[in-house]
Amino acid sequence: MASATDRHPLFMPLVLLGGLIFGFGLAYSHMARPEVVLNFLQFEDFGLLFVMFGGAAVTGVVFFVMPRVLDRAPLTGDRFERRLKSFDRNVLIGGGIFGVGWGLSGICPGAAYASLGIGNVAILWALGGMFLGAYLQGWWRSQTSSADAAPAGAD
Amino acid sequence: MVTDPVPLQVAAELFPNGISRYAVGGLLVGLGAAVIYVGTGISAGASTFLESTLSYVSGQSRFQQYVASRDWRVVFTLGIVLGAAVYAVVYQGGAWTTDVAWWRLLVGGVFVGIGTRVGKGCTSGHGVCGVGSASKTSILGVVAFLVTAIVTAQIVAALGVTP
Repeated sequence: MASATDRHPLFMPLVLLGGLIFGFGLAYSHMARPEVVLNFLQFEDFGLLFVMFGGAAVTGVVFFVMPRVLDRAPLTGDRFERRLKSFDRNVLIGGGIFGVGWGLSGICPGAAYASLGIGNVAILWALGGMFLGAYLQGWWRSQTSSADAAPAGAD
Repeated sequence: MVTDPVPLQVAAELFPNGISRYAVGGLLVGLGAAVIYVGTGISAGASTFLESTLSYVSGQSRFQQYVASRDWRVVFTLGIVLGAAVYAVVYQGGAWTTDVAWWRLLVGGVFVGIGTRVGKGCTSGHGVCGVGSASKTSILGVVAFLVTAIVTAQIVAALGVTP
């Protein structure tokens, strides 16, 4: 990826535009309201499925089409690739821990940023908790990877 | 009174608020991710922002891999906040505040912070971009967090905590 100094001048404006649409969509779908997510998890309103799979349908089409139309992304020169991450038990352990937090609070990271945008100041509790949790796992993993001393992979 | 056909009754039970707000909102979420992908090749997720932003203030080695992307992730998150604010001004007519107890938000947030970063993604990274990539890893991640979230929310509700 291009470093901060030689990025295309439209890189940041495009990221901002994408974020604006993304956040507007989260607010429009009411995902920025923890109560609506909790209603889904308690089987009282299944609308959330349309949000997640509606979003995935759009990215699915774009992820499929773009590599066939263009060799490289216009603003970065990077190749178009799908979002494929390696599988290990961390995916299930982390996913399970995330789910406990999501089920308790009704909020996930992107929806929490959007929740701040709709004026839900109380979501700062959740955002504070997310930073604390991200720090705790980062601190712990930094300790264990330096204790191993072996040249562990970047992730 | 004429009764609705059975499929309509079922739909009204499963979707008491209709589906259009969810479907339109979901398509926009996908569109936002798609706009960034088409220009940059980046499939953006929301939870990496937590660690990349921590790299501004913490020297822990775990966060250093995100130094190169931390500035645009701040811009992406600012965009999410502003986009939601536009919705609040145009459709909501002002601020909206949750009734969910502060301790649920705080404790839940800690679990979300740990779990999304250990599990390599959240509802946008795994759920929207990963599922859109037909990634087996992401589909398994989504199943993992959906199952534990449903179980947790049902237990909390059964214990009489509302909301």
